[in-house]
Amino acid sequence: MIKKQFAVIGMAAVLSQPVIAQEETQQGTDGEMRRPWQAQRPAITSSAFNPAASLILYGTYSRFTKNYQEDIHGFAPAGDAHGATREGLSLQGSELILSSNVDDKFYGSLILRLEDGKAEVEEAFFQTLGLPQGLTVKGGRFLSGIGYLNEQHPHFWDFVDIALPYRAMLGGNYGDDGVQLRWVAPAPLFVEFGAEALRGENFPASGAARRGVGARSAFVNLGDDVGLSHSWRAGVARLEADAQGRMFEDHAHNEYSFTGKAPLNVANFVWKWAPLRNPAITNFKFQAEYLQRDESGAYTFGSPAQDVRYGAKQSGWYAQAVYQFMPRWRVGARYDELKGGMPPIELAGTILDPEGHKPQRASVMLDFSNSAFSRLRVQFSHNQTASKDANEVYLQYIMSLGAHGAHKF
Amino acid sequence: MKRAFSHLLAASLLLFSISAPAALRVFACEPEWGALAAELGGPAVSVYTATTGMQDPHLVEARPSLIAQMRKADLVICTGGDLEQGWLPLLFQQGGNNRVQPGGSGYFEAAAFVTLLEVPSRLDRAEGDVHAMGNPHLHLDPRNIALVAAGLAKRLAQVDGANAAQYQARHDDFAKRWTQAMRRWEQQGTPLRGIPIVTQHKSWGYLSHWLGLRETATLEPKPGIPPSSAYLSQVLAELKQKPAKMVIRAAYQDQRPTRWLAERAGIPAVELPFTVGGSDQAKDLFGLFDDTLARLLKADQ
Repeated sequence: MIKKQFAVIGMAAVLSQPVIAQEETQQGTDGEMRRPWQAQRPAITSSAFNPAASLILYGTYSRFTKNYQEDIHGFAPAGDAHGATREGLSLQGSELILSSNVDDKFYGSLILRLEDGKAEVEEAFFQTLGLPQGLTVKGGRFLSGIGYLNEQHPHFWDFVDIALPYRAMLGGNYGDDGVQLRWVAPAPLFVEFGAEALRGENFPASGAARRGVGARSAFVNLGDDVGLSHSWRAGVARLEADAQGRMFEDHAHNEYSFTGKAPLNVANFVWKWAPLRNPAITNFKFQAEYLQRDESGAYTFGSPAQDVRYGAKQSGWYAQAVYQFMPRWRVGARYDELKGGMPPIELAGTILDPEGHKPQRASVMLDFSNSAFSRLRVQFSHNQTASKDANEVYLQYIMSLGAHGAHKF
Repeated sequence: MKRAFSHLLAASLLLFSISAPAALRVFACEPEWGALAAELGGPAVSVYTATTGMQDPHLVEARPSLIAQMRKADLVICTGGDLEQGWLPLLFQQGGNNRVQPGGSGYFEAAAFVTLLEVPSRLDRAEGDVHAMGNPHLHLDPRNIALVAAGLAKRLAQVDGANAAQYQARHDDFAKRWTQAMRRWEQQGTPLRGIPIVTQHKSWGYLSHWLGLRETATLEPKPGIPPSSAYLSQVLAELKQKPAKMVIRAAYQDQRPTRWLAERAGIPAVELPFTVGGSDQAKDLFGLFDDTLARLLKADQ
């Protein structure tokens, strides 16, 4: 309902724009700016107006220590985290991306994730281009603007897998149906405010509570350059998600269901270095994020089913650095760590009980990019997230076919 | 208290109106267009240039500072021809500025005024990072600068009608000086006509076309793909058959491939400014071509 209202307000604002300037320019563009190259090229057919299409193919070969467990001690399994958690040779994912300006006032994009027997709509949104005063409205399904990694699709990750705090507390990336309002301030440095109302279907929300507006978020991002070779971005965000019957199953196939509030705070910082802003030969990127949540509600589990009040403060952080030491070659290192809270006594010994264990992981990677469109990577991780330490080795390819995708900072 | 507040408010408003630039805020994607906007706009414009002469215009990140500048711009001047496709669309989407979106009068594309060279007959990424609309590095033919300048002067007058006469007058003056300079450069460049050269990236097509240089080889096996040592050896072997006079690269490019080849082939490696700010002498558009010709002539001796 709110979503609809927002959309209507957004449309009204767009339509109430003065149209005069626009008409003038169209004349200007069509009149004086006849593009000479059109003369030398074959006649442009209607296919020239097709959306830009790109196809991302990625896959892995992974090898783990024997009796590998993907659990994270003290944290409820958060479902599919674009896991490279299958051992051996496997397709990690295939994504089809279509995007284009709709007209002079709107931009639209669709990202499909293709798997055996199904195509999942990862993102499908429109975004305004025509609002004044630094305002942008996005509506549809999209990855929430909270944090830094959250908006990044797996093919853009610097490591094969996502950082632990994201896996444990956001199930990878948090995306949902909703509407987003962003405002860029007219300031000498980058200052951006954003707010979202979301359906609340996906982890950490569940069940589309509050008649389908079960999650809300707000974020602030700042950024600027320092000198000619450095730039940074920092931000804080809060996501308030309502979970209604959020289910998971443990190894013994016992079902657990959580109903309650799942508020999450995120702080992020990114710093990049490229000598004289030229990243072609060498460049460096450092990023770190801190996630903290305070879930409170009730778990229903066991048979006969019993309800237990649940509240736990949990947090996690990661820091990573990636260095391009010569054209096409990059090395990277990442450390991530989680802190599980104490569950009530009734849940002792279950997967929700950290049992004094502090999940942590260290990873190193090396990748090679033949061009802007292809990348091969090898990664090694030492993983202490489950009861037994594990080593993981990954070989990965990421291939981008078609249109030249632009990536955010 | 209330009065003090209103005084404060009035004072800050006054301060704001004084310090706020009344000038037209221009966001130039590349230094050559920033320099051209400064020539034509003079004090009527304040120019922010998004990239420097030491940056590869293909590899620019949509940094937060660029979004902040895009937010405030009244006119965006870019090359177009897909040169900025890796970063400019993001700035349009994230800047929240409806005055400068493509299709409107606030967005100016230089490529629209020029016939692009090297339009590929085959579009396949196996050919490297080819530009579907043709080679976008169009500013290195000064005749193109003249064409773009005429279009930009009209656009400035359209966007900022109050200063239209000033833009027209400045353009007339610029066009006169530019024509004279071109005559001088063409005269200076006569000895360069027909000389064979090797380039690092396919970014010199317009300069070669204008001066009549013959590009016999390129160090990048495909556009956007850095040369491997095996490929460099192959180019070297070809140079033994068909010698070239010099190997040229832009100031922002890796020095090693051209140096490697120059040493072994016994020809000079020439670093050219490529754009305004690419060398100490290339302070403006006139300096860019003065310096480019001086460096080419020196290497040709």
